Amino acid sequence: MAKITYRHPNGTETVVDVPVPNTVMRGAKINNIDGIEAQCGGSAQCGTCHVYVDEAGTLPLPAMHESEDDVLYGTASPRRANSRLSCQLPVTEELDGLVVHLPETQS
Amino acid sequence: MAAPSVVVIGAGQAGSDTAAALRAQGFDGRITLVGAEGVLPYQRPPLSKQFLAGTASGGELALRPASFHTERDIEFVARDPAVRLDRDARRVALASGRTLGYRHLVLAVGARPRRLTVPGAGLDGVLTLRSLTDAGRLRDAMRDTGRLLVVGGGFVGLEVAATARAAGLAVTVVEAGPRLLARAVSGAMSAHLLAEHRAHGVRVLLSREVTALHGDGAGRVREAELAGGERIAADLVVVGIGALPDVALAAGAGLAVDDGILVDGHLRTGDPAVYAIGDCARFPDPRTGRPLRLESVQNAADQARCVAAALCGAPRPYAALPWFWTEQYGLRLQIAGLGAGHDRVVTLGDPRTGRFSLLCYRGERLLATESVNRPADHMITRRLMGAGAPLPTPEEAAAPGFGFKTFQRSAAV
Repeated sequence: MAKITYRHPNGTETVVDVPVPNTVMRGAKINNIDGIEAQCGGSAQCGTCHVYVDEAGTLPLPAMHESEDDVLYGTASPRRANSRLSCQLPVTEELDGLVVHLPETQS
Repeated sequence: MAAPSVVVIGAGQAGSDTAAALRAQGFDGRITLVGAEGVLPYQRPPLSKQFLAGTASGGELALRPASFHTERDIEFVARDPAVRLDRDARRVALASGRTLGYRHLVLAVGARPRRLTVPGAGLDGVLTLRSLTDAGRLRDAMRDTGRLLVVGGGFVGLEVAATARAAGLAVTVVEAGPRLLARAVSGAMSAHLLAEHRAHGVRVLLSREVTALHGDGAGRVREAELAGGERIAADLVVVGIGALPDVALAAGAGLAVDDGILVDGHLRTGDPAVYAIGDCARFPDPRTGRPLRLESVQNAADQARCVAAALCGAPRPYAALPWFWTEQYGLRLQIAGLGAGHDRVVTLGDPRTGRFSLLCYRGERLLATESVNRPADHMITRRLMGAGAPLPTPEEAAAPGFGFKTFQRSAAV
């Protein structure tokens, strides 16, 4: 279980406990959090589960695979240094306290 | 006037997304989402891949949890298909006998698999793949099967072939046309996929037709007969020869249908209270004006949002760019745009490395990018095409050193 905060573009936030195993994308889906589409279901194909990882955080995120990096070239909201695909972020106990910002649009 | 209410018929990707998008966009009237199946709306793409391979369960495929509907005040009606539409009374009747009144109706009824019509098509062991129920039946059947015959070399057939091959089955694919995925990809991509399947040990027969299926004494399929007389042994046959839009409800209510429910550029039928979206709808292609019907997640999701916007008082013409994907073995093919009618192909990368893109042009105009394990080309094409931004000319794309990443940066969009 890890506590994850999803911060919406309007400044509100939703804090949920996400069980392990899951991804940050599925953590939003199973908790009815809007703002993550994941049209491809989590296979790093579509770029519609884009999040910005809070820069204040120092949590151990997995390194980015080349395919994720490639997909991030075409996200609907601008790519930033802290952009990730939330389907490529497995939830682990170490990610407790993770804060992600949801982009204005996913598609 | 009745309280604002939207009834959505069909609880697949298009229907479920419509209900969700209505609430996300601020609709505060009644929403009823009516499904024919007995389960929560689910994702179809994994049915032929992870679900069939046994790495994903049915429950994991749900698009949204049950709590989503209660939380957002969406009435989800399961296992109760709509059977009759009375547009004058603005009422739709369900199989259970229940009737629902509406101010707006969204038909998201989907499509059903086209069946083989040859003798023996009704034998046990002859299956199609469309629903979770179909997929469960196929997954069970694959467990005690050695030889699978796939009829049809489209997305469903090829994905099933790849999954079955990975599970150790002997697989034959019979395609009536001269190439695989003919409606969806260029000839060069068809050839690449053909080589890939053959390299994985699939026997692929092109321009061959199944003329009959033969069973054993117990009515179970044992072999297929092809035109010319050749026979292929098979304990299981999967028919993947396309899908037919479910137009009966619309046609019965006097709405215009022609291989799909006909809608305008705002996805509205001839009745301003009735919309049709997703696999069942034939709409004008925003880029060419030609009538188009697509069966894809992108099409369902984007059309759902478009209709929700209209019903929330912010109508805009449907303009989204089509894109598709498939996974077979380790190969990820992504398609951005519609390449039909292209007359020139520029290749990026080396197909022998298993990472390349084919840019399909008509004259100077890029119609589609087909990418194998090169997602950046796919994503950047989608972004530029979708925004109406300048795209590389064939000369630019063919120049040594061309890459979409640099092109996008220099285009600064």
